[in-house]
Amino acid sequence: MSDSTLRVGLIYPELLGTYGDRGNAVVLVQRARWRGHDAELVEVPASEPIPDSLDVYLFGGGEDDPQSMAAAGMRASAAGIGRARDNGAAVLAVCAGFQLIGHRYDTGDGESIDGLGLVDAVTRAGSPRLIGEIVVEPAEGLPILTGFENHGGRTTLGAGERPLGRVLTGGGNGDGSDGVLRDRLVGTYLHGPVLPRNPALADRLLSWVLGDLAPLDSALEEKLRAQQLDAGSAAGLRKWWQDRRLGRG
Amino acid sequence: MTVSARTRLAVAAGKLAGWASRVTGRGAGATISGRVLNALAPDALGELAQGQRVALVSATNGKTTTTRLLAAALEAAGQPVISNSTGANLTSGIAPTLASADGPGAAVLEVDERVVPRVVDPLNAELLVLGNLSRDQLDRYGEVHAVADSWRKVAEAHPDLRIVANSSDPHVVWAATPAKTTWVELGAGWRNDAATCPSCGALLRWSDHGFDCTRCGFTQPSTPHRLDADGNLVLDGERVPLDLALPGRWNRANAVLAITAATTHFGVPARDAAAAAAQISTVAGRYRTVALDDGRPLHIFLAKNPAGWSEVLHHVASRSGAVVIAVNARVADGKDPSWLWDVPYELLRGHPVAAAGERVLDVAVRLRYAEVEHLVERDPVKAAARLEGDEVAVLASYTQFSALYRRYG
Repeated sequence: MSDSTLRVGLIYPELLGTYGDRGNAVVLVQRARWRGHDAELVEVPASEPIPDSLDVYLFGGGEDDPQSMAAAGMRASAAGIGRARDNGAAVLAVCAGFQLIGHRYDTGDGESIDGLGLVDAVTRAGSPRLIGEIVVEPAEGLPILTGFENHGGRTTLGAGERPLGRVLTGGGNGDGSDGVLRDRLVGTYLHGPVLPRNPALADRLLSWVLGDLAPLDSALEEKLRAQQLDAGSAAGLRKWWQDRRLGRG
Repeated sequence: MTVSARTRLAVAAGKLAGWASRVTGRGAGATISGRVLNALAPDALGELAQGQRVALVSATNGKTTTTRLLAAALEAAGQPVISNSTGANLTSGIAPTLASADGPGAAVLEVDERVVPRVVDPLNAELLVLGNLSRDQLDRYGEVHAVADSWRKVAEAHPDLRIVANSSDPHVVWAATPAKTTWVELGAGWRNDAATCPSCGALLRWSDHGFDCTRCGFTQPSTPHRLDADGNLVLDGERVPLDLALPGRWNRANAVLAITAATTHFGVPARDAAAAAAQISTVAGRYRTVALDDGRPLHIFLAKNPAGWSEVLHHVASRSGAVVIAVNARVADGKDPSWLWDVPYELLRGHPVAAAGERVLDVAVRLRYAEVEHLVERDPVKAAARLEGDEVAVLASYTQFSALYRRYG
C-alpha cells in the first residue's frame, strides 16, 4: 500500500453497478475498519480516468451500452491500472466486469468489445441466459462460495489460466467452472453481492493488500451463507431431477 | 356497449382459472387467467373497451397511485370512470375491470410496463401516462433499455397518440418523443439506471437543468409543467398548491403527473383535480396505518425496487419513529435481494430498527455493514412490537406487503 489508508476503488458505479455491486466495496472497507485499519471507499465516476493509486479495483456488472462505455474508459486507463497492479493492487471483477478484464467480449450481434486483457480470457454471448443461485467449490483454501448469477456470457479461459473454482450448481463460465483466480485477482460471475455472502473471499482480497488479518466475528454472514448454500443445493437437486426426467423423455 | 356472450364467458373462465391457480398454490393467478381469456376470446379487450375513453398509466414506480389519482380527478369532474384500482395490471386484471362498465365513460387503467405494447391497439387507447423506468426484478424481466425500446416502438407506430410523460427520465423521454407528448418535469430521482444515452450509448451529463448527451445532443425537453421545489404543481407556468394526505415527495410527483394528464387531456380544472387528489389517503392498501396490539400506530409502506426503497427510506428517516425492514425473495419480490446494497440503509442510524421477513439474514447483514443497530425477528408485526418509539413504520417487499394486507384486511 502506498500509505496507511486502504483505498477501495468502486470503478464506474453508474455503469458497472447494476446488481448491488457497491456492497462489495462497503464490505471491504468495513472489514478493514473493524480491524483497526484506516480505509476509504473511492468512487470513480465514469467521466474520469481511473487513478493508479488505488489498493483494490472493483469492476461490477452492467447492461450492454454501459458495459461498452465502461470498456472504453478502462482501456484508456490501462497503463495506470497496470502500474497499480505492479505495486500490489488487488482486483475483484464480477460478471460484466469479469468479461472486461479478459481480452474481449463478443456480444452476439456482430459487435466485439475489447477488454483490459488482465487475464487470458474471451467471452461470447450465449443462450440461454444463466439466471439463479450459483454454488462454486473454489480451487484452493477457500470455503464453498454462494452467489446469484444473471448473464448470457460464456467465458473461455486460456491454457495458462485457472478458474476460481468448480460449479456445483448453476452456470458460471459455461463449462463447469466459474471465474478466474490468479495473483491478487479474482474474476467471477457471482453476484449477491459476492463479498457480503462470502466473507472468507472478502478477507482473502484484504489479506493480499493488508497482510495477515486479525480475526473478525462473521457468525451472521456464515448463517446467511449456510442458508444460501441450502437454497443453492435445493436448486441443484431440482435441476438434476428435471434433467433426469427430460432424459427419460 | 354490446359485449358478446363469448367474451363474457371468456372473462368468467379467466377469473375461474386464476382462482384455481391461486387456491391450488400453483401461482398468483394473473398469467393463467390472461391466457385463458386470450384463448377463448382473442378480441375480448377490444370488445370490452368499446365506448370507453381509454387512458393507460405505466411506470416502474407509482403507477398504482397515479392511476388512482387520475381516476379520482375524472370522477370529481363528473365523468363515469372505471379503473383497476387494486393494481391488477396484466390483461387478466384489465378485462374484468372493463367488463364492469355500466356504459360509456373513461377507463383509467394501470398497465404493467411490459404489457403496454400488447394493449395499446386492442384497447384503442387515446392517452398514455408514463412515469419513470428503473431497474426492477432483473432476474425476471431483463433490462430497463428493453422496456424503453418496446415503448418507443408503440410511440413510433402511433405518431398521433397523446402521451403525458416525465421529462426528467431519459428512458421515458426517449420512448415518448415520437408521439404527441406533453412533458412534465418531475425532477431527478433514481438516476443510476440512466448513466448512458438511450439514443446513442454515450455518457449523459447531468446538471441542475437535467440531462443532455455529450455526443448526439439528446436532451431533457423543456416544459411549462413541473413539480416545483416546494412540492407543488406548476401548470402552464401557474402554481397549483398540493395538499396531499399521501406521504412523501414521490407521491407529489405522482399527483403532478396525474393532475397534468387530467387537465391537459381531459379538461378537468387543475384545482378540482388537486382537490380530488387531496382526498386520497390510501391506495390499494398502501400508506395504511393500523394499530399494534399496544395501541401504537404501524404505518405500512410497500417498496418494490431500489428507487422505491430509497424514496420511502428518506421519508421514514426524516421522522423519529422505529422502522422494520421486511423482505422476502419470492418470484413477485424478485428472487435476488442484492438490491439491498443499492439502498442507503445508513440513513436509519439512530432509529430503533428491526430486520424481518423470509430473507431476514440478508437484511441483517446489510444493516450490520451500514452500522445500523437492529434486532432480528422474522415476523414483522412481532418485530414492530419489540421496538421502542411512538410509532413504527414497516417497509415491506411485495409478498411481505401482501401478507400484511391480508392480516389487517
